[in-house]
Amino acid sequence: ISTLILAEHEDGAIKPSSLSAVAAAGALSEGNSISILLAGAGPSLEEAASHAASIHPLISQVLVANTDKLRYPLAEPWAELVHLVQQKGGYSHIIAASSSFGKNILPRAAALLDKSPITDVTDISGPQLFVRPIYAGNALCTVRYTGGDPCMLTIRSTSFPVPSVSDDSKSNAATISQVDLSTFNEDAVGKSRYVKLTSQDTERPDLGNARIVVTGGRALKSAENFKLIEKLAEKLGAAVGATRAAVDSGFVPNELQVGQTGKIVAPDLYMAFGVSGAIQHLAGIRDSKVIVAVNKDADAPIFQVADYGLVADLFEVLPELLEKLPEKK
Amino acid sequence: MKIMVALKRVIDYAVKIRVKPDKSGVETSNVKMSMNPFCEIALEEALRIKESGLASEVIAVSMGPAQCVDTLRTGLAMGADRAIHVDTSSTLYPLSVAKLLKALVDTEKPGLLILGKQAIDDDCNQTGQMLAGLLNWPQGTFASKVVLDKEKQVATVDREVDGGLETLCLDLPAVITTDLRLNQPRYATLPNIMKAKSKVIKKVTPAELKVEIKSDMEIVEVTEPPKRKAGVIVSSVDELIDKLKNEAHVI
Repeated sequence: ISTLILAEHEDGAIKPSSLSAVAAAGALSEGNSISILLAGAGPSLEEAASHAASIHPLISQVLVANTDKLRYPLAEPWAELVHLVQQKGGYSHIIAASSSFGKNILPRAAALLDKSPITDVTDISGPQLFVRPIYAGNALCTVRYTGGDPCMLTIRSTSFPVPSVSDDSKSNAATISQVDLSTFNEDAVGKSRYVKLTSQDTERPDLGNARIVVTGGRALKSAENFKLIEKLAEKLGAAVGATRAAVDSGFVPNELQVGQTGKIVAPDLYMAFGVSGAIQHLAGIRDSKVIVAVNKDADAPIFQVADYGLVADLFEVLPELLEKLPEKK
Repeated sequence: MKIMVALKRVIDYAVKIRVKPDKSGVETSNVKMSMNPFCEIALEEALRIKESGLASEVIAVSMGPAQCVDTLRTGLAMGADRAIHVDTSSTLYPLSVAKLLKALVDTEKPGLLILGKQAIDDDCNQTGQMLAGLLNWPQGTFASKVVLDKEKQVATVDREVDGGLETLCLDLPAVITTDLRLNQPRYATLPNIMKAKSKVIKKVTPAELKVEIKSDMEIVEVTEPPKRKAGVIVSSVDELIDKLKNEAHVI
């Protein structure tokens, strides 16, 4: 068994979600030989490659595709790259995290390889046996992959936490090699062009990896009021989330949406304010360790999954919490 | 320019699904079925593009058993010009759907394909990407805004990605998959429902399209997810803080 991980990098480091893909590869079988595929252009790519080479003892090889054609994570050149690397490496498995990067690229690459990929794997029971949620997590489906190599997966990073690695084992660095791009198929490359990324830079932790998430729903009523959620998040060192209704109403940008079609979170503490608990939203939070719900409506479905519920007006609760909660350490 | 849209028939989004006792799947008999919400958004976008004069025809495609015709009628009532039903009782995975759609693209020659980003039953989120790969076309997935430039033959697409909104410029023909915020789909009006009855639904089979339906997958079992234990209702903020500190140890 040998696995290729399609990895994302940022500011010269591998993203945590890609390390979850490494953890998933480790769960496939003992002695799995794991290669990381990184692409991009410029010095931050080489930095990320050295980071990848020493971050996890399971990683045996880092493959680097350094070219201007892969400067941005576009699906067209990436799928061709995966095709090329698979032709040479003959991996038994190809894994990416279920991020917008993985979901965009892996199925396209699978089509080029004439394989059926498996989306959103949450548990690995064997090299060909996987569990994945369907119907927004209201059912779990166990599937056996019966096709030829490679078996291609996207994995939910919240289901594969990355074990912390001691400094001793980190020194066991993997080899770094450049991908030979002389036979790179450029037919579809250039047909799509990156224009820009509009994002909100914040100091807050990333929604996907935060230990505490504070979420607001439609009941917040306005972007102005939503600042109460942000203040509480700041006090707790938490990430901010939102329901689809809150995003659709324009209180916060889309990247904060939690749920079936938004982000899947699994923090130690999930605090929901004015969230009714639509099944699509609950799909995104059900693996949280502790769920707190504050809602005026005692019949709101969120109370059926909450560990601690408080039936009260959030506009009274939020200021009180802000006053009484201890400062984050 | 023609636009082709794929419409999937799924259990209605408001239905609370039930897992079959024999764990073979989810109960679908006597359950309300509807058009996948993301497919509705795809069709709506195609109709708006046509109404703005940038497309000549909208073709709706659905695949599966005879009941898919109901879904296609809904699409025709919303405003699609004609429909194609790929008639099959086989289980279709996204790779087969992408191959069947590619075969239809080869004969219909649309300039744009719009699909929902995922179906709310299997939540696969694959077909559009696979179709774009098979066709060697550019792809704009998870779109929340689409602007066509007829002269330059490009589509500018805003995509909902993890870090915010990514903007791409795609050469046409292209594949676009829709996210929730692209538009608000219209309801079919009664006159349009009546009109849709006379619109053409062409039936084809996978064999006629020369696509072999194969499966690389076997469903071993479908089960209910573990239920969360019912929690407690606290009576005050002080009690909540106390529980979080001293019972759950999370703050």
